[in-house]
Order: sequence, then C-alpha cells, then structure tokens
Amino acid sequence: MRQQKSIFDNIDWTTVLIYLALVIFGWINIYAAVYDERFQSIFDTTQRYGKQMLWIVLAIIISLAILVVDGKFYEAFAYYIYGFFMLALLLVLLIARDVKGAVSWIDIGSFKLQPSEFTKFGTCLALAKFLSEPYTRMTENKTKIIAALICLVPMALILMQNDTGSAMVYASFIFVMYRAGLSQNFLIIGFITILIFVLALMIPKLVLVGVIIGVSALGALFLRRTMKNILMLAFIAIVGCAMVYGVDYVFNEVLQTHQRERIEVLLGKRADPKGAGYNVNQSLIAIGSGGLTGKGFCEGTQTKYDFVPEQATDFIFCTVGEEWGFIGTTILMAMFLWLLIRIVMIAERQKNNFVRMYGYGVASIIFFHIFINIGMTIGLLPVIGIPLPFFSYGGSSLWSFTILLFILIKLDSYRMFVLR
Amino acid sequence: MIRETGQQNVILGIFITIILVYIMRLFYVQVVDDEYTASANNNVLRYVTVYPPRGVIYDRKGHVLVHNEVFYDLMVIPRQAKNIDSTEFCSLLGISIEDFSARMAAAKKYSSIKPTVFEKQISKINFYTLQEKLYKFPGFYAEPRTLRYYPKPAAAHLLGYVGEVDERLIAKNAYYKMGDYIGISGIEQSYEKELRGQKGLRIMMVDVHNREKGSFRDGALDTASVEGQNLVLSLDGDMQLYAERLMQNKIGGIVAIEPATGEILAVVSSPSYDPNLLVGRVRAKNYVQLLQNNLKPLFNRAMQAYYPPGSTFKLINALIAFNEGFINGETRQTCSFRVGSHSIHCHPHPGPADLRTAVQYSCNPYFCKTFVNYVENDKWVNTEDGYEHWRKHVLSFGVGRKLGIDIPHELPGLVPTVKYYDKYFGKNHWSATTVFSLGIGQGELGITPMQMANIVCIIANKGYYKIPHVVKYIGNEKNVPIEFTKKNFCDVQGEAYDVVIDGMQRVVEAGTARVARLDSIIVCGKTGTAQNPHGKEHALFVCFAPRVNPKIAIAVMVENAGYGGTWAAPIASLMMEKYLTDTIKRPELEKKILNAVILPTPKVIPDSLQIPD
Repeated sequence: MRQQKSIFDNIDWTTVLIYLALVIFGWINIYAAVYDERFQSIFDTTQRYGKQMLWIVLAIIISLAILVVDGKFYEAFAYYIYGFFMLALLLVLLIARDVKGAVSWIDIGSFKLQPSEFTKFGTCLALAKFLSEPYTRMTENKTKIIAALICLVPMALILMQNDTGSAMVYASFIFVMYRAGLSQNFLIIGFITILIFVLALMIPKLVLVGVIIGVSALGALFLRRTMKNILMLAFIAIVGCAMVYGVDYVFNEVLQTHQRERIEVLLGKRADPKGAGYNVNQSLIAIGSGGLTGKGFCEGTQTKYDFVPEQATDFIFCTVGEEWGFIGTTILMAMFLWLLIRIVMIAERQKNNFVRMYGYGVASIIFFHIFINIGMTIGLLPVIGIPLPFFSYGGSSLWSFTILLFILIKLDSYRMFVLR
Repeated sequence: MIRETGQQNVILGIFITIILVYIMRLFYVQVVDDEYTASANNNVLRYVTVYPPRGVIYDRKGHVLVHNEVFYDLMVIPRQAKNIDSTEFCSLLGISIEDFSARMAAAKKYSSIKPTVFEKQISKINFYTLQEKLYKFPGFYAEPRTLRYYPKPAAAHLLGYVGEVDERLIAKNAYYKMGDYIGISGIEQSYEKELRGQKGLRIMMVDVHNREKGSFRDGALDTASVEGQNLVLSLDGDMQLYAERLMQNKIGGIVAIEPATGEILAVVSSPSYDPNLLVGRVRAKNYVQLLQNNLKPLFNRAMQAYYPPGSTFKLINALIAFNEGFINGETRQTCSFRVGSHSIHCHPHPGPADLRTAVQYSCNPYFCKTFVNYVENDKWVNTEDGYEHWRKHVLSFGVGRKLGIDIPHELPGLVPTVKYYDKYFGKNHWSATTVFSLGIGQGELGITPMQMANIVCIIANKGYYKIPHVVKYIGNEKNVPIEFTKKNFCDVQGEAYDVVIDGMQRVVEAGTARVARLDSIIVCGKTGTAQNPHGKEHALFVCFAPRVNPKIAIAVMVENAGYGGTWAAPIASLMMEKYLTDTIKRPELEKKILNAVILPTPKVIPDSLQIPD
C-alpha cells in the first residue's frame, strides 16, 4: 500500500487531456457557429462563445473541487444524492418554465439550470451502488426489477417534463446492467424491438408477420425440440406479431405529432424539406458541403448565416462538418471513441465494483449522447434534441458531463491503495 | 464479481461499430456526394447582376438624342413585409387594396424570401415622395434601373428601341439573361454590342433571412461592369426634326446624305412616332396601337419601301448611255416617241432638245429613245446582252442590292433581270420597246429613298459613293468603322457628269423645280412624278447643293402627292435652306408644306402619332 502524496497523483491524465481538447474544440466551434462580425472577440461575454468560456472556467473549478473532495463520499451517499435529484425533478415539474416545449429549466436569478442534466450522474451513482452491493445477483428477478426502477423513475419524471430526448438517455444503462451480468437476450430483445418498430413502419405488416412466423418455424426445425424451446419460439412469434400491430398504436397514439413527422422524414415517407425535414436537410447540407478538408475556420456559411437551426447547441456537429471537413469529423469521432475506450479501460482496471459499474454508467451516457446527436445530424436517426457531450453550447450539459467524468477520475485515483 | 471480458468486448464492439458506421456515413455525405455543396451554394449565394449604363447617343452637333433616365423598381421580400399599413401604402402607390393583396400573393407564391418586383419603373419624381415614407414599410426597397429617354422626339425608325430580352433571344445568345435589355431595332440593334457595354457580376452571401452578409470570397469571383460606349451620329438633329415636321400628314420618306463622306444627315419615314412611346411599361400597349394603325407608322419607308424612281432615274440612263458613247452633250432628239399604238407625251418645251434641255424639262421621249437605242445597239450581241449591260451599270449605282448601311433591315430594291422578263413575256418575246418605260424610271423598278439619295451622292461626287452610314464616332476614341471611309466607284466616270449636272442645275434655275432655288447657292436637282398602281402619282425630288463641293444630297418621296416639283421639291429645298443657311426665308412656302395634308384616306393620324412642334 502506498501513501497518496497529492490529490493529483494517480489521476488519469490521458482522459483529462481528451476532455480538455474536446471542450476547447467545442468552444472554438461555438465561436464559429454564431460568429458575428460586430462581436469578434471570443471572450465577449455578451455572446454565446463568451458565455461558454465562463461555463468552461466554472467547469474547471467544479472538476478541481471534485478532485479535492474525498471520493468515498459518493459511494457512501449515492442513494441520498439520487433521492435529492429525484426531489429536484419533482420540484421542476411544479415551478419550471417552458423552453421550446420542454418544461425542464429552473431560473435562479438570471441564470437557468436544467436539473435533468444532473440526475444522470445521480442515477449513475445509485445504479452503480446498487449493482455493487454484495447481495445483488443480476440473474435474480428482484435485482432486475430494482435496477430497472432506479432508471425508470427519473425517466418517467423527465418524460413528464416533456423532454423525450433526455429521458431516452436512461435506456443506455442497459449496458451497465449487461456488464453486471444481465443476460445478452435483453440486448437482443431490445435490438429486435427497434428493428420490428422500424420495419413495421416501412414494409407491409402481413409480410413482416410472415417473416416472424417463418423465423420461428425455422428455429423449431433446427433447435432441439424440447418443451422449453418450443414454448419460447411460440412466445417469440406471438409477441413479435402483437408488436407489429402494436406499432401503429404507439406510433399514432403515444408519439407526438412532431416526433411522428421526424420519424417519417427519416424513413423517407415524408418529403418536407421546408417543414419537418428542414433541420435534417440543412444539417446535411452544412456537413456535406464541408467536403474533405472543410471550408476553414469561421468560413462555414450554412451555420454562420443561420441556415442550420440550433447551430450552437444540438447541431454543433454541423459546424465541425462544414468548417473542418471529413478530416475534422473523423478526428472528432476518433477522439470520442478514444474517450469511450479509455473509460471502459478505467472501469475494467478497478478492484472496486462500485467504481467499475459507475465507469460503465459514464461510458454508456456519453456514448448514447454521441450516438443520438451525431446520428441525427447526419440523417441516420430522427431529430432528438440532446446535446453533444463537452461540445454543445450550454452550462448545464457541460457541467453535468464534467461532474460525471471527474467523479470517475477521482474514484479511479484510489485504485492503487484501496483494496476491499 | 468476476472479470467478464466477453461482456466488455461486446460493449466496446457496439461503441466501435457505431462510430465506424458514422464515419462511413460522413465519408459518403462529405466526400462522395457533391449534391450538398451545390445546395449550400444555392442557400447562401446570390448572383447580383451589375448593369452598366447604356451608351448615350449624340447628333453631329453634340446634342443628345438618346440618354438614360433613372427609374425605380419597387421590390418586395414578402417575409420581411410585416405590419404594413396597406391603406397608406396603396394611396402612395395609387393602387387599390385588392391589387395590393393580389400582388403580395403573387410575390409570396414566387418566394417568400427572394425579392419580387412589386411595381415597375416608378419615375424619379414619384419615387422621391415614396422614398420619404419607405422606412415605414419593411420588406420594400427600391432598385434603380435605367430606361431610354429621347429629348428630341425624332428619328424613331433610325434610333430604334430597347426592350427586355425574350426566351428566343436568350436561347440564341448566352450573354443575355431574363430581365436584361437589348436593342430591338434601329441602331440600338445594330450597335447593341457597343452601346450595352459589359454586364458585371457580384456574388453576395446572404443569411437565412436573405440579408446580405458580404461578398463571396472577398469579391475574387466578381466581375466589374464596363460602361456602354457613347455614339456620335452624323445625323443633324435639328434638320431631322424639321424634316419630320415638313412630312407631317404626308406619307413617304426622306434621306439626306453628305456626299463626300456618306454620312447620313437625316432619315425620315412618315408617318413617324415619338420614340418615347416605346419605352418602359407603356411600350407593349403603344406598340400594338402602332402596329394596328393602317398608315403603318412602324414601317421604315426610307429604307424598306420600294418606289418606282420615275423621272429621277433619267439621270442614270443619261449617264450610262453617255459613258457608252451612245449620246453626248450635243445629241438631240425630237419630242415624240411612239411604240405601236402607244405614244409618249411630254410637257411643252423647246425642241428638239439636247441632253441638258432634256434633263431640264424631263423629256420623256428623249430618255425612252435613249434607253431603246442603248439596249438595241449593234454593239451588243442581242437584246438580252444589251439589257444585261444596261442592268450591270445600273447596279453599279447602288441599286438592286444592299448597300451595307449600319442601320438594320435595309432592303435591296429591285431591278428586273433578263430571266424575269423571259418568264414574264416569254423568251425572245420582248425587246427594248417592250420595256421602254425603264428609260423613264417606270416599270418594274423598285428603289428605296436611301438608294435614291445615294445615287445623288454619286452624281455629286462625279463617280463614287461612300457607304451611307449614320454613326460618325464610336466611344471616346472616335473610331470610324473602316468600311465607311472607302470610295466605291461606279461604272460611269468623267465628262458625263458635267453635262448631266448642267441639266440638273437648269432644272432648278429654269426647269421643272424652280421652287427649289436658293439665293446665292447653286442647287442641282431632278424632279420625278412616278405613276403607280396605288393611286395618284408619287412626288419625287432628288438634289444636291452647292454644285461645287456639295455639302448635302437629298432624296424626297411623298406618296400619292402628284407633281414632284409641287410637293417634293419644296420639302427638299426647305431642308437645304435650313441646313446650309440655318434660316428659312420663305415662310409662305414653309407654311404651305406644313399645313398640307396628303393622305390616301380621310383618316387623320391619331394624336399619339403627332410630332410635337
């Protein structure tokens, strides 16, 4: 056992450097996205880039604070932190104001805060804590249900705020549960559900039903015909067919009009480049016109001149695509991938199960944001408004990702001298 | 919990797969597919044409004949046009509320963010009152355009007009784009390239609200416009205007040329019209009116109407026969000519006349005999050969073919060929006595006033002409097109001219056109009274003056007016007096001509066609 000399010992500097690179590159792109000749200074705090600089400074202060505070606090208080944020979400429902259809902001003076951004790390802590309890067995139904509830409660509360994008993020915790021993069947079922949903909207339902029954029948031919297998195949066939016909109900009754339209645009069932398809169309034009090497810093006309909506927040990737080209987007994707691999690596080297589970939670959340956000800007996913981690303009999202990541870095720094 | 590398690898596998799929998609969108670059340019680039001012046209004295007047097109960007007080706006523009909403709807239909012309060609004066209030109406702005303006409402046919290009012209010439102007007739057409200059192009960047954000690549791809070149015409604007006034309420054509240079001094086709009628938004309506007028004011009679030259043609017959040695100054003929039952008459004059006297009194038998003697002369193989020689020499006087004038739509005129008569009468079924009337300028001859004036130039120059042209200088360098400086010699040279010109001097001093006499200036002329199938004879007069160093040659044709000496000669004479002395000492004669109405039908020319005094 070695003595810790300073709080900066054993810190994973690679992760910190990737973090700083992303944050600064993001800041530069926000500057370019809302560039205005009248306010040329990147430090002008009346402009978004100036404000983002303030958010970054605050984020660094927060990260330093996290590194200073004793890391054992998080594990010990995981459930209390979770409980606190659940209460905050309830409070938001009562007092928050309406921003673009989503009721998720709290005004503190002239300052707006979005609690749903922070519940991510609260949930992540609680789930990690629960899954690392000595009595949890992922194979037991009780464990599954409690783990699912930990994720579903904030999800439901955020859905009630009408912020579907942020709510969906909690689905990403399935990776954590999978790592904790959840059967791969759940991942497969999740994948098949999405597949059936998409196919049911695209091809005739009878064809799809035929395919499902056919696949089940083939299974019956080739698998051993035990009672268990036959029952399972029958179950799959019936549930699959029920889902096919349930899709219409979900699509038409559960989803809201704008969500329906966005999915229709994505599936090519709706050509509406001036209406529902406007965002994606302009986003693709901006990214596509960047070419191999891009138009150069502050030369991106599509983003600078407001053709791309929300160009500093949800569509910040367009500026990267337009001004830095394919080379720039590839480097950014590589940096994100590097970060994800690094986090998984950190998680795997832990002796402490809580930290490992927490690490997977961090990786899952960051991955899900990247997956949804960039998938949306390049026209592979429907438009879902969630920010690009470390990149999009906005204090709440930057701080929440910073907290998420730096708690992991702090917990990771104990790996050398704590053996439990 | 044990280390489970399987699950770790599955999760990492999903991360890596998604990122790789995205990178592939980005490769396709950014590198492979070019469509997005085009769409981006379409979004952000606006191509703004910079129209240079069209060249100004001056007359020979430096007076402006055509210049540009600034008008304003009121443009609207429907999306920015919000909270408009339409009542006030409509009263400013003088339109109805219904009209306003209809135009807005049309503009919106075209595009809500691109500008549309809301009201065309608002005059400067009206624009000033509008401009003061324009700030109240967001989304509306004015764009200056220039239109032609003619301070002297004269020479409409010569100057021509300018109009917007149509799809046919755009298909023919890639230079022109929708909304461009082009010279459609007259010298606006023939000197289009010089007058129009070169359009410029500015590439602007606009934002999503169509607000200009600066020039694309700092203007590296922009092209500057080049101003149109000014033209200085040889035309004398004052004389042109005067000639048009003399021709008011008469039909016909006048051409005046400076013989030594071939410079056209005046060119009149009557009835004419105010060229300002064919400018801007009133053009289409006025054009239709002019087109439907039964006096055909759009028809350029000076260059396109074929007239029998009548007795003026006797000059050419005399010159050709003289040159061939068939007659000379002393050749006399009795004043009678008989072909079968036909007998050609003459005005009473002393006889038998020599050539000078024959010209002086326009002796018909003399020139019929001269023509017959020429064609049937023993010198030739046969009649056809004789006729071919005669025709060839006639053509050398610039008739029966285009002269190459710098005004478009010149017509060649008509001098019948042997073939034509063979077809008409049958081969070997005609002789000089069949077509003798050619000797006195009748028959199947068709000659334009422009060609008649050119013939006079040849006589005044004693054997050559320069191609008649109306542009003296192009641009600031005072370039004269080289083809107009060359002398074109005709087949007749030498002494013949002196004798014929003697005769022409006598015409004015003691012959058929005594009315054309001027004090202290020797005028040489020839009258013509051409029979034609359309009614009363056409009155013709050709002349030049002074006899030595001629300054002006004129041909005047007044349709169905009767004697050339009575109607055509005074007009030519007054023009000469005006041009050479700059005063009119014969107000009685001037008044008589100005007041004369010589129209085929009792219909009066509509007010819009009157040339103001």
